[in-house]
Amino acid sequence: MGKVKKSPWVLHYDGASCNGCDIEVLACLTPVYDAERFGIVNTGDPMQADILLLTGGINAQCQEVVKQIYEQMPRPKVVVAIGTCACTGGVFKEAYNILGGADTTVPVDIYVPGCAARPQSIIDGIVKAVALFQQRSDEHDKEKKTGRREEG
Amino acid sequence: MSSVIAIVCFLVLAPFLGGLLDGLDRKISARMQGRIGPPVLQPFYDVRKLFNKQTIVVNKAQTFLMLTYMAVQIFVGVLFFAGSDILMCFFLLSTGATFLVFAGSVTHSPLSTLGTNRELLQMMAYEPAVLLTCLGFYLAPPDHTFSVSELIQTPVSLILYLPGFFVAFVFILTIKMRKSPFDLATAHHAHQEVVKGITTELGAKNFAIYTITEWYEKVFLLAVVALFIVNDNPLSYIAAVIVALAVWFLEILIDNTCARVKWDVLLKVTWVVTLLAAGVNMLILMLVF
Repeated sequence: MGKVKKSPWVLHYDGASCNGCDIEVLACLTPVYDAERFGIVNTGDPMQADILLLTGGINAQCQEVVKQIYEQMPRPKVVVAIGTCACTGGVFKEAYNILGGADTTVPVDIYVPGCAARPQSIIDGIVKAVALFQQRSDEHDKEKKTGRREEG
Repeated sequence: MSSVIAIVCFLVLAPFLGGLLDGLDRKISARMQGRIGPPVLQPFYDVRKLFNKQTIVVNKAQTFLMLTYMAVQIFVGVLFFAGSDILMCFFLLSTGATFLVFAGSVTHSPLSTLGTNRELLQMMAYEPAVLLTCLGFYLAPPDHTFSVSELIQTPVSLILYLPGFFVAFVFILTIKMRKSPFDLATAHHAHQEVVKGITTELGAKNFAIYTITEWYEKVFLLAVVALFIVNDNPLSYIAAVIVALAVWFLEILIDNTCARVKWDVLLKVTWVVTLLAAGVNMLILMLVF
């Protein structure tokens, strides 16, 4: 129904990241890459966010936080794991405090590899996420009409 | 009859105008920062998206409070464009703002509560200037009146009598339009130390309502700026539009060049400017005319 792909608002959460990927995520919003030209807004508010960007592996401390943020986001929503750590746990995978990648806690849709992930690949990942967001939104509208409760 | 046309025009066109100004605002801000920026119609895309999302509300009263907030703020504009009492307009504007305060505080989220407290503080900062501006319109010769329909038919532009009030009003517009350095309660910019402040707990549809209300409010506030310029000469309307747009551009410029201040600075600076500019202007008006 509605074209929602023109307005993807992202929420960026730093799990157990070394901050490398976080800096690259923020670099996407600077004049060089200017992600806002696609309508992307880096909002800090889960209740207004559409795409969750997770960086870093998940540890016992941040697991509940990530879960809660994910649950607070209204449907339709998309999760993007950015960087090797968020994808698999990376070099910290064997560490005693690391549970693994972001998909140990929330369902991840798009994986952006890299250590640190380059802004180009992050933007590429977000663009893929936006297409998925539109698809989910269409399904959401359809299911709202038929009255079925949707997932994801 | 003409007031009916004005009301209908306001009801239909104000959200488009407000949204367009918002889009241009984001575009100009981006260019000031050396970026390309989003499309001009981006605010409309955002609102359409927000209406398509699932609505999560922590407290059901919030939706009712937001709808009341919107209804009252729209009614303020309707009263103004109908040529009614300007004092009544601003009293209602403050009444409407309290519904936003209620909507921000019903959820008990710490970030939202902090934003709400700051919103109340902002109201305390700008209310004196708003009330004095109304008083200024009344004190301006020749006819002492609060009626907008009479204020637009003065022989000379009111700004000639009310330069101090104009300065004070434009100053508090920075607070009302939520521009840096005075965007304490909630900011248009990405991150803030209280996340989204008073709007943190506004989910999809409620945030769309909030955005549309802001558009109506913006048009109303710029119309008050125009009221300073308009006189019985039809050409003055063109000048009024130009001045309103210049003030709007000035707000964007201030937004992009100033860092957010703390609440005590906001309160002190606003009250000092109000007292010096509007207060002195009022004294002169009372003593001379």
